[in-house]
Amino acid sequence: MMRTVLDYLDNTASRLPDKVSFRDEKSALTFAELKDQALSGGSVLLNEGITREPVAVYMSKTPAEIAAFMAVLEAGSFYVPIDDEMPQMRIRLIFENLSPRAVICDESTKESAKELAGDAKIFVWDEIKSSAKNDEALTKVRASMIDTDPCYIMYTSGSTGIPKGVAVCHRSLIDYIESFCDVMKFDEETIFGSQTPFYFDASLKDIYPTIKLGCETVIVPHTLFMFPIKLVEFLNEYKINTLCWVVSALTMISAFGVLDDTPPKYLKIVGFGGEVFPIKQYRKWKKALPEVRYINLYGPTETTGVSMYYEIDRDFEDDEAIPLGKPFENVDIFLLDEDNKETDEGEICMRGTCVTLGYYQDPERTSQAFVQNPLNNRYPEIIYKTGDIARRNERGELVFVSRKDFQIKHMGHRVELGEIEADVNSVKGVRTSCAVYLKKKDRIELYYEGTPEEKELLSYLKEKLPRYMVPTKVHKLDRLPLTPNGKTDRKGLTAMSEGK
Amino acid sequence: MDELIEILQDLHSDVDFETCTTLIDDKILDSFDIVSIVSEVNDRFDVAIPAKELIPENFNSAAALWALISRLEED
Repeated sequence: MMRTVLDYLDNTASRLPDKVSFRDEKSALTFAELKDQALSGGSVLLNEGITREPVAVYMSKTPAEIAAFMAVLEAGSFYVPIDDEMPQMRIRLIFENLSPRAVICDESTKESAKELAGDAKIFVWDEIKSSAKNDEALTKVRASMIDTDPCYIMYTSGSTGIPKGVAVCHRSLIDYIESFCDVMKFDEETIFGSQTPFYFDASLKDIYPTIKLGCETVIVPHTLFMFPIKLVEFLNEYKINTLCWVVSALTMISAFGVLDDTPPKYLKIVGFGGEVFPIKQYRKWKKALPEVRYINLYGPTETTGVSMYYEIDRDFEDDEAIPLGKPFENVDIFLLDEDNKETDEGEICMRGTCVTLGYYQDPERTSQAFVQNPLNNRYPEIIYKTGDIARRNERGELVFVSRKDFQIKHMGHRVELGEIEADVNSVKGVRTSCAVYLKKKDRIELYYEGTPEEKELLSYLKEKLPRYMVPTKVHKLDRLPLTPNGKTDRKGLTAMSEGK
Repeated sequence: MDELIEILQDLHSDVDFETCTTLIDDKILDSFDIVSIVSEVNDRFDVAIPAKELIPENFNSAAALWALISRLEED
């Protein structure tokens, strides 16, 4: 019986020991090396008494980071990816919530880890990856693990200004990866081009099919996403045939007409998600690469990863939206109206093994989104309410309509406008603020009342927030406009920015 | 040139675009900025930056970008 994702690694490492698992421009790990390093790193953690607890993995995005994740799992613990591009203040907030006793870092993050980690013990990956193995301890902890133990925590934007740590167990991840591999039809020949950061659940789409099936994942250098021809040349050089990317990374290629002159040569599968794929851009892809399978992937971090998919099988009008489609096997999705009754246009709710453990050390916010199924009062059953509004079309497919709250999707990332405001409001001298999202321009702007100068506030926000959450522009106003019932007039401010 | 600085300032009001020559190297501009810049340059200068000009050297400083625009205007 399969209990943990380590079973995937065991199988593949014995079946394909010499095949490359993960690589970047500078390094590569075979499956045997991945397993070997995981056992070594895991032994070091166990020898230090670190087990059944969160371990922060604060490294740059490399094959080594995957080995560190596996090492944490081998020690019976769960990993928490922290990215070297996250602002320090955000990492501090995450560490406050997490209180980790152990942090794994690499040479590039060592200094910063020392500053941030407090009392936590710091392990430098290169120093532990070839250590002696403690087989007895590894076997013992492995035997004690069950599939409902956490596997990882990923932090996502929270409207109060404190990021929320979504804790996910092995069972949910296995359930997801099994269905996902079936739908996508990956195999040993699959070569992924990894685009998303590892602290973002979209990266699971590359990582775990690779470990389960023996695919290869090539980490695409972050800076290439600014230079589309170089990006495609990279895909061709590494014979990448499968992309699971956020939409903005795909449109970066199509919008500049790169597909006609420098088409990706090996592509077979393009999965996309994070935001709506504009039909015009999709058509360019379809026209240049008609044989490729295009699959829309939808699902929040709180239900493990992708829970719904739609493989494009027909043409669309310019103003139509590509459907979210239908649920994966073993996921039930239904729409609820404001009175918790089933409806054909309402909030997307999910039921199944995909529903994660909840927010780490945060019972209050957990109980708001992870609730008893309102359609079932007979036994305990927790569902996740996504906050996304969808409708059912005449074909029975779900189509995204809007958000229930002020969460937006920007550059493929989930952003709570409230989190930006909470940070702004915490600045000395700021009385109130309102963040607006300009859909057409895909940018965030901010209005505020108070003493700090615009420049000053913006530089502060750049230190505090991840890049994708920093407003493009901030506007200082004497008084923010109010709606007739006394709330900040977000719509009015949005219109003001759009008019400029 | 002033108009170009204005476009850039609109994206990052806290950066000194007159002097900075490491806009790409220091990760000041990201892919989203590049897309915005290309579309604004197209709107205001009626210059379409082709994909083959999307290389780090053309975006590392306002001066380099201005040279690119001038070159494309002449063509």
